[in-house]
Amino acid sequence: MSEIITLGKALNHGLRRTLEQNAKVIIMGEDVGKLGGVFRITDGLQKDFGDDRVIDTPLAEAGIIGTAVGLAIRGYRPVCEIQFDGFVYPAYNQIVAQVAKMFYRSKGHVRLPIVIRIPFGGGIGAVEHHSESPEAYFAHTPGLKVVTCSNPADAYSMIQQAVNSDDPIVFFEPKRRYWEKGEVDLAADLAGAYPLHASRIARAGTDATLLAYGPMVRTALDAAAAAAEDGRNLEVIDLRSLSPVDYDTIYASVRRTGRAIVVHEAPGNIGLGAELAARISEQCFYYLQAPVLRVTGYDIPYPAARVEEEYLPDLDRVLDAVDRSFGW
Amino acid sequence: MANGVSDVGADAPAGGFVQLLTPDGERIDSVTTADGVTYSVDFTDDEYRGLYRDLVTVRRLDAEATALQRQGELGIWASLLGQEAAQVGSGRALRPQDMAFPTYREHGVLYTRSIDPIMPFGLFRGVDQGGWDANEHRFNGYTIVIGSQTLHATGYAMGVTMDGKTGTPDGEAVIAYFGDGATSQGEVNEAFVWAGVFHAPMVFFCQNNQYAISEPLERQTRIPLYRRAAGFGFPGVRIDGNDVLASFAVTRAALDHARNGQGPTLIEAYTYRMGAHTSSDDPTRYRIASEVESWKVKDPISRFKAFLAKQQIGDDGFFAEVDESAKVLALDLRERVLAMPDPAPVSMFDHAYPNGSPEVDAQRRQFTDYHASFEGTDHR
Repeated sequence: MSEIITLGKALNHGLRRTLEQNAKVIIMGEDVGKLGGVFRITDGLQKDFGDDRVIDTPLAEAGIIGTAVGLAIRGYRPVCEIQFDGFVYPAYNQIVAQVAKMFYRSKGHVRLPIVIRIPFGGGIGAVEHHSESPEAYFAHTPGLKVVTCSNPADAYSMIQQAVNSDDPIVFFEPKRRYWEKGEVDLAADLAGAYPLHASRIARAGTDATLLAYGPMVRTALDAAAAAAEDGRNLEVIDLRSLSPVDYDTIYASVRRTGRAIVVHEAPGNIGLGAELAARISEQCFYYLQAPVLRVTGYDIPYPAARVEEEYLPDLDRVLDAVDRSFGW
Repeated sequence: MANGVSDVGADAPAGGFVQLLTPDGERIDSVTTADGVTYSVDFTDDEYRGLYRDLVTVRRLDAEATALQRQGELGIWASLLGQEAAQVGSGRALRPQDMAFPTYREHGVLYTRSIDPIMPFGLFRGVDQGGWDANEHRFNGYTIVIGSQTLHATGYAMGVTMDGKTGTPDGEAVIAYFGDGATSQGEVNEAFVWAGVFHAPMVFFCQNNQYAISEPLERQTRIPLYRRAAGFGFPGVRIDGNDVLASFAVTRAALDHARNGQGPTLIEAYTYRMGAHTSSDDPTRYRIASEVESWKVKDPISRFKAFLAKQQIGDDGFFAEVDESAKVLALDLRERVLAMPDPAPVSMFDHAYPNGSPEVDAQRRQFTDYHASFEGTDHR
């Protein structure tokens, strides 16, 4: 029963399925109940599953994550919504000091199967704190796993896989792609789903490898389509998992193409791209025709909406980097 | 449960507190608070003697730990000296099904849960980070970041409600321990909000030992801490934290209140940290000797001993036997702490993730190979 649905609706269907399949799954966050979340990702779930499984919480992010820890110790599987990327910081202490460490601290006795959903990234014309890309903070933290989806099909399977996983997972949702549509098989068996922490070749190519995740996968695919008109056949890899990164897929690609360009919205300094560039340089040194290049947000606070299009990596900036790689 | 307390106790702070045993060892049969709630205890002589044994034992074990730290056998120790009554009384008030969320100083509560007292020593010796099963022991891991565990306790208590385990006399209740300093933390205030809003079956047990390392209570609050509860919509009660009977009576009542589905309570146990914050602290830099002396006469154990002697519940033979038993336990603890092996270095890679991680696995292999490369050399 494949359907064409939006990425946001795919998440909604995925969450619904986890609520149906496991009575321990609960959803908690600000406005997730009657309103269905400010992006409607949890639309209709409280109505169908009750207000003790889809919980409108007080307006305090540390409280959302801190109480989720206790609920997880009790045996629940909380799926926490942080309303916007820029609002996660009050919960940062609970996430990095408690969620990430309790399994280790307890020598494996205490599992915290918590999913922290965060809509992230810019491009929606929002005010400050609503367009950030804080993924590196969490990918840098041992004990957390970090994933992000780029299309409706992945959104549907990955959110279910994340909820079913016993690892604490920060699940970044590309908010400007919430309304993008794609085909999703809602009856698909998760057992046959692509592994949660595997990257995927989103477009096969031979001349250079574009590495992107979340909202930038669409940008990279668009750039690859444009480059094809210029006779360049670019491979696009959707990382999907930011911690751990599935490096084997990346190395195999770069060894074939000899060129790698990382694209992300987050500031470049100490970002995912820096780590990817270092790893590729170590592991693919003799295969590289050019240094690994990065196309990222600038190292400034996220700017005002009227100039965000100049801040965000776009098709032209990606192609410019491709040109520079070939011109090396 | 009541808001407010009676004015009993000549040594009570302004506003009073619930006290059932004076510093001189005089029993007060019952205390009725301004809100009309009456607190009392009904112990047999054996139970009184058991409480005394608890108090003496946890103090003796604590002294042994302090000595072990001074001798270089523990990296650090957070002493409970002076807070034995608050911990033993509240700990003994817990029923087996109840769940406790400690800070890093609740060795006395741990002891009352019939847990082997060596359990937290790996943490202080530096051979692990705690490493116990919170659910098995009904006692969460020691939490070092100030106040974070109050939110964990609140979430756990919400889960108790969701499981339908409240509303009956044999329901479950949850207790969260924290200190006066923690009451300034945002997370603790969020826990108060959550517990109030969700009517969580829990007790917030604040040991106000007057100091957050060096900072006195006046730097944390302008009003008595128990009165904060009113602003969050649940009762607050202050007790004489050096009175094991008040600690037991009020905690037992608050836990029953919670397990019956009547919501949270804040208990402020007014006590004093007789020792340093930890073995790394030097309290002579921030408090005067006369203050410490004024609290010595309120000692939780000497008053209880005086009461037992006056009531002829305990005699010199009993007191000597308790001291001796505590000493035996302490020496046994010492031997076992000294025998704690250092962990194998490669074990540091264990338990990073429930499902493991290819990155961690690769680093574990690199680490092993690196050390194997030195085989047959002097490298250690």
